[in-house]
Amino acid sequence: MITFAIVLSVLLLFIILFLLFRIGTLASIFRGSSERAAGTTKTSNRVNGTLLLLFLIGGGAAFAWSFADAWDTMNLPLASVHGEWTDNLFWTTMIVIGIVFVITQILLFFYSYKYQHQDDKRAYYYPHNNKLEIIWTLIPAVVMAALVFGGWKTWTNITSAAPEDAVVVEIMGKQFNWMVRYPGADGKLGVAKHTLIDATNEFGVDFSDKNSHDDIINPLQIHVPKGKPVLLKIRSRDVIHSVFMPHFRLKMDAVPGMPTKFWFVPSKTTYEMQNETGNPDFKYELACTEVCGRGHFAMRYVIIVDEPEDYEAWLAEQTPFAEQNPQVLAKFSNEASSQLAAKTNAEPKAEEVKTEL
Amino acid sequence: MSSTDISINEEVHHAHEEHDHHHEQNFIEKYIFSQDHKTIAKQFLFTGIAWAFIGGFLSILFRLQLGWPEATFTFLEPILGGWIENGKLNPEFYLALVTMHGTIMVFFVLTAGLSGTFSNFLIPLQLGARDMASGFMNMLSFWIFFLSSIVLFSSLFISTGPAAGGWTVYPPLSALPEAIQGSGDGMTMWLIAMALFIVSQLLGGVNYITTIINLRTKGMSMTKMPLTIWAFFLTAILGLLAFPVLLSASLLLIFDRSFGTSFFLSDIYIAGQALTNTGGSPILFQHLFWFLGHPEVYIVIMPAMGLVSEVIATNSRKPIFGYRAMIGSLIGISVLSFVVWAHHMFVTGMNPFLGSVFMFLTLIIAVPSAVKVFNWIATLWRGNIRFTAAMMFAIGFVSLFISGGLTGIILGNSSLDIQLHDTYFVVAHFHLVMGAAAFFGMFCGVYHWFPKMFGRMMDEKLGAVHFWLTFIAVYLVFMPMHYLGIAGFPRRYYNWTGFETFNIFTDMNTFISISAILGFSAQFIFLFNFIYSIYRGRRASANPWHSNTLEWTTPALPGHGNWPGEIPAVYRWPYDYSKPGAAEDYIPQTVPFSQTASSNLPHERELE
Repeated sequence: MITFAIVLSVLLLFIILFLLFRIGTLASIFRGSSERAAGTTKTSNRVNGTLLLLFLIGGGAAFAWSFADAWDTMNLPLASVHGEWTDNLFWTTMIVIGIVFVITQILLFFYSYKYQHQDDKRAYYYPHNNKLEIIWTLIPAVVMAALVFGGWKTWTNITSAAPEDAVVVEIMGKQFNWMVRYPGADGKLGVAKHTLIDATNEFGVDFSDKNSHDDIINPLQIHVPKGKPVLLKIRSRDVIHSVFMPHFRLKMDAVPGMPTKFWFVPSKTTYEMQNETGNPDFKYELACTEVCGRGHFAMRYVIIVDEPEDYEAWLAEQTPFAEQNPQVLAKFSNEASSQLAAKTNAEPKAEEVKTEL
Repeated sequence: MSSTDISINEEVHHAHEEHDHHHEQNFIEKYIFSQDHKTIAKQFLFTGIAWAFIGGFLSILFRLQLGWPEATFTFLEPILGGWIENGKLNPEFYLALVTMHGTIMVFFVLTAGLSGTFSNFLIPLQLGARDMASGFMNMLSFWIFFLSSIVLFSSLFISTGPAAGGWTVYPPLSALPEAIQGSGDGMTMWLIAMALFIVSQLLGGVNYITTIINLRTKGMSMTKMPLTIWAFFLTAILGLLAFPVLLSASLLLIFDRSFGTSFFLSDIYIAGQALTNTGGSPILFQHLFWFLGHPEVYIVIMPAMGLVSEVIATNSRKPIFGYRAMIGSLIGISVLSFVVWAHHMFVTGMNPFLGSVFMFLTLIIAVPSAVKVFNWIATLWRGNIRFTAAMMFAIGFVSLFISGGLTGIILGNSSLDIQLHDTYFVVAHFHLVMGAAAFFGMFCGVYHWFPKMFGRMMDEKLGAVHFWLTFIAVYLVFMPMHYLGIAGFPRRYYNWTGFETFNIFTDMNTFISISAILGFSAQFIFLFNFIYSIYRGRRASANPWHSNTLEWTTPALPGHGNWPGEIPAVYRWPYDYSKPGAAEDYIPQTVPFSQTASSNLPHERELE
């Protein structure tokens, strides 16, 4: 019954709208305005012209208000050194394009309003002006050149090689979570390959490689020290994922078969950020930004930035994976002894080159 | 060349007279398998509009999910059936919706619907040709597109769902059915549909280019062509060069999916087992895809630019400012569009040096785009503007193109792209600059050329209402998305409430969704106006907008062969509006200088 009533009222609404439309059409025929060329009737021109001006003023005001209102939420707290360079560059560019935006939109709407049709007027025949055109080609060219230069310098700094002493963290994406590995005391990650992956050894670490024995796998959170370079070695084992750490202004795809990397220097500890934001539960988060399937939206990991000494203390508490899972290690040493050395030697080498990249 | 023209014209003309006297085309020849460019244009337009409503509806479905992430959608069960599980939208179907929305809008609406409609309709009419160079190929182009549409549309209804890996279909996600259901049969159908689509585009493109080069009427030199034709010409060339690359990418993907090759796959462990593929590179696919994908956005926007240039000049009653600069900037954009593709890939792990090169090239393309905007604004300056519905949409186009284009300067900068890549900032940027703007170009074209297509006028008042609701809705939807994006809010997220960083944006998302629903509803005003006016609209005169170009010299409803008598010759450029000394404020291209002695400029006197 209610459905019927809704359908009926919607139908009636449409009929009323249609009748209004017909009346409007007939009225315009009666007034004779339909005899004039479209767009030359006084009222419709005045209405549309005024609306354009109102849109400029009202829309501009609404934009300014909403921008100011959203300012605090859109500016994520910043926690990395290079993030400051890109944030500065971003807002500088925003100011430049903001000026262009305001000027061009004002001219567009204001000219439309001001030069609306009048019967006794005639447009100004003005097909071109070479000087003007050269000027407004050169100005954007120069501004672009300046922005390119700024962007290029920042980009080169960010993508330069990581310092030798950087803390290495390996992040591997899979459907649908992240896996993390620290190299442990020796500072070297053991070789890993996808053919070795099983339910326990999800990383596919080759435990016949000595470097792997002290590797720490999947801690509860990613811990990194404040003020020290951190190198993320990024991989994927199934489809493309993307490591996104918004507070660190950091993003890099995780590509199967092609390890990638990104290094950064955290500039604020989690504790400092909790104080700064006034939110005692503040956490740095890692999200996936390349569509990877059903659980794409849920690939979350928490990153904790510690003071360097807290970081060292945390690291010392972690037990290597091989120690936690002695049966995995045992399996590898059994296999290794039973297999010919030649075969195992050749393959990891190729793998090593890739992980080094 | 002129001799070729005449012989072709005579031949067609002869055929036309014959048909006048005895041969009546039957229904199928006239409306279905028609070789008349005007009918084919309308077929593209109808299919495009149907697709636009489907694509728009899909976006409303996922906007519901985004706007009310905690709500239950049991009321959608009658439409979506099993994709609603316990009142919740299936997350994989959400991704399928996003994917199909993108594919439909970019390819089926804004490439086929926009270019297909207006290139077909306007090229012969504005050049003074009886029809396209090959009417048969033209017909094939539409019907292959239609076949492709059927394949893609059917994929919406199969049990594993349509393709769901995003409209960019990056492998390995799109290559492995184990990774997502949609990469099974849905993806196969996507690839078949796309292969057919590309064939249709190439048939159409070859035809457009040939017609423009060979079938111009007497006097129609390249520099007397309206800007619409220049835009269609360059668009067709872009399509011809870029689409084959997508075909090869699709073929390689088909091999990887079905025949065990490893072009894009390497070192993968999925669904409990390690795959044997080695040595492939997912990045290779991205290079191939974007080698088409970037020119594609210009394939979408350049026809709109052409239509808008024409409508702005006509309704400002002024020559387009800097005609040659407008052509130059179109050529500049076309050339540059082929060397900027990797700006979609700054953070894919591509060599950073390559990133610097592409950043440089990308920011150069802002220059010709800026020139176009300045020239449109200069055309409005001191005009005598008629606010027809088409003109409103043209002004809206320029506004949206500015708003969306400027943020391209930010995204083209590789260091800024690190934070913004794959966030809503990107979504806002391309929806404004190539989505909404291209749609506005299309509306502008439909309102302006409707009288020539159907012999009747669309209702101007409804047009204005449609414009204002759409224009306001577009800004309400996409402006707030910039704020989300600056805060890092990621694209293609089914739900974000699990993240403390993003879960503060519930209100803004609800607001965007409400605006989107309003904007979509406003399109039904257009639909009503469009269908009603075909049958009951006011009858149009031959030249209702007092325009200069050739199509307005045909009868109110041009028949087969376009001009009943001889094809008119052209004597002047198409933009002699409000020329000082002329009696009217427009001088059609067919008026020789000898008849306009009072308004001729000094250099035109010798042509009298």
